Amino acid sequence: MNNMIVSVNPHIYAKDTTQTIMRDVLIALFPAVIASIVFFGVKALLVEVVCVATAMLCEWAFEKITKKPCTVMDLSAAVTGLILALNLPVDIPVWQAMFGSFVAVIVVKQFFGGIGQNFANPAITARVIMLVAFSGAMTSWAVPAFADATSAATPLAVIAGGEGQLPSLLQMFLGARGGSMGETSCLALLIGGVYLICRKVISWHTPVAFMGTVLVLTALLGEQPLYQVMAGGLFLGAIFMATDYTTSPPTPAGKLIFGVGCGLITVLIRVWGNYPEGVSFSILLMNILNPYISDWTRTKPFGGVQA
Amino acid sequence: MFSGKLHGIHAPHRKNTVDRVPVRLPVPPVITVPMSMNIGAPAKPVVKPGDEVKVGQMIAEAGGFMSAPIYSGVSGKVKRLDEIVSSNGRFDTVVVIETDGQQAVWEGVKPPVVTDKDSFVEAVRQCGCVGLGGAGFPTSVKLNVDPNRVHAIIINGAECEPYITSDTRTMIDNADDVIYGAQLLQKYYTADRIVIGIEDNKPQCVKIMEEAGKGVPGFEVAALPALYPQGGEKVLIYNTTGEIVPEGKLPIDVGAIVINCTTLAVIAKYIRTGMPLVEKVVTVDGSAVANPQNVIVPVGTPIQDVLNFVGLKCEPKKVLYGGPMMGTSVPSLEAPVVKNTNAVLAFDAKDAEDPVPSACIRCGRCVAHCPFNLMPAAIESAYNNKEPETLKALKVNLCMECGCCSFSCPARRPLVQVNKLAKAMLNQYNAEQKAAAEKKAAKEKEKEAV
Repeated sequence: MNNMIVSVNPHIYAKDTTQTIMRDVLIALFPAVIASIVFFGVKALLVEVVCVATAMLCEWAFEKITKKPCTVMDLSAAVTGLILALNLPVDIPVWQAMFGSFVAVIVVKQFFGGIGQNFANPAITARVIMLVAFSGAMTSWAVPAFADATSAATPLAVIAGGEGQLPSLLQMFLGARGGSMGETSCLALLIGGVYLICRKVISWHTPVAFMGTVLVLTALLGEQPLYQVMAGGLFLGAIFMATDYTTSPPTPAGKLIFGVGCGLITVLIRVWGNYPEGVSFSILLMNILNPYISDWTRTKPFGGVQA
Repeated sequence: MFSGKLHGIHAPHRKNTVDRVPVRLPVPPVITVPMSMNIGAPAKPVVKPGDEVKVGQMIAEAGGFMSAPIYSGVSGKVKRLDEIVSSNGRFDTVVVIETDGQQAVWEGVKPPVVTDKDSFVEAVRQCGCVGLGGAGFPTSVKLNVDPNRVHAIIINGAECEPYITSDTRTMIDNADDVIYGAQLLQKYYTADRIVIGIEDNKPQCVKIMEEAGKGVPGFEVAALPALYPQGGEKVLIYNTTGEIVPEGKLPIDVGAIVINCTTLAVIAKYIRTGMPLVEKVVTVDGSAVANPQNVIVPVGTPIQDVLNFVGLKCEPKKVLYGGPMMGTSVPSLEAPVVKNTNAVLAFDAKDAEDPVPSACIRCGRCVAHCPFNLMPAAIESAYNNKEPETLKALKVNLCMECGCCSFSCPARRPLVQVNKLAKAMLNQYNAEQKAAAEKKAAKEKEKEAV
């Protein structure tokens, strides 16, 4: 009877673990994966598999080499790989996609200490690096299925004065438009977002503040607000990347500030910047501000007295 | 300053024993009564080996103001006085009594004379009561306040811990004693309100208390959301009165006295019959228990006897005093049931296993679920970096150790566990700062004198 376990309370735990949370994110991304295959073909699935596999392999290899505990099974690397893939054009060369996954997991995540320690979102940072490194391939858009126009130009490029015709709002919502393979279907991403909010994996604060800011600002500027909200990577970014735990504030107030900041920077870039799209840059910039926002928005302890 | 709802967690209820009317444990052959069953000074034994004792007879007197006397729950013979290491790791004296199975009641058991507040407090002291919700704070000390300062008496019937139903049974089986206790408090403290707070997952208790409390002036039942930890003192005060107990203050500073419903029933029974606190209703449950039920046991009964009585499915790997959120695990089944034991939970190997922590993913759940709005993950890193000033700023001293942070952490970080260590670190730091400041002041005085 002397082999009883003695431990400090609590003795029961909630069901959620890091793994179940990451699994939920993968489940939430599933509709977007389906949409990417529907609109861009089986090639989309290939890129997704390559990115996920590379990300997991990189995580495993890095931890093996540095003799750290293996965290591949917490599925966070899989999430990073999949989000990165959804941010890429379907015709991206496979080796470039693999390079992106490598940058995301090794450089942005593991070099900074692994899960929970990176200051910027790995998928976003990798995408931005790829945009600079492979600007040609990263902006060559395939023609999606069910689109009337033969032009593959993204709606944002059209709004910014490029050639091509704007798709209808319904096409925008369903995903029949040019763009990265996982960002075009607002419907699929919305389903995923609602799932994550219902499962309490994310809260509504960041996505609503982010998209709301873009909607209101572009309306004030007369910049076709509905197109602006549905175009580009806003749904994907606001729901799946700006809500990254590690790189965004933990409190509701912080999340609201973070979301508004993302929206503001996105609109500034879209309306006055050189790039037609600004979601990635805005999230990356707000990632850098995150420690400050988190500090400003610390919770006020109940019954606490200022010394 | 603060408005809105306090956070908490939806812990599983697992109130399997709610309908189990407490049954009396057959008198155990031996009981072991520890002298430290309350916060404050341990009681001092007044018996010696060979003495005959009966039920209700004093075996130890209060060891100071912050203490409570102890009475025997059995009749028999004192075998010896022992030194043991108790479940909190401290040395403690125990009185070991061999029972005779007669359960003869001591002749001296008679109702006390209570005429005013002072004699009421004295009676509470004599009955040996301590906070039976789990804290073990001597009740007479809590009640020894100026009645004019008391605006609300809050009876704690929340019983927010999973599994435990002993308070529930008190409200069902001893509703009259709870109400009699409430009337006594009303009489001697003339509070504007007497509120009993009950989680709304116990509708039968809400109904019974509403029924029983009719006609008691100022009495009301507050049905609270079943959100752990409703039974936390500051949480209960806020949710029933809207008052916030500030840092470093006591409930009485906002005009409130909080008393557990079973504590109140014990006091009422003592004043009615003269029988002090000698036995407890204990919920016996957990995955290793074959037939979960409520058992009435004399204080000092070894846990082994209680578990044998209800039957075990398998060898227990972890046994708790109290609930799974705040309960203490015992190192041995020889550990006795003490005054503030409201449950004995025995778990099988699977449930006993401690989780393996992984890296913090900064999900913020610890913050979102902390009833007091603390930031446990930030406290953990400040503790690991040995930064007492940061701990001070993060107000770790406010932590009531309810365990919501650790419960909700998906990475299974030992957050509340670290909070406890961080509180100790901060206390030590504050003491050192104070000592340094005093030394400096003394030196300056010396200089001035020169």
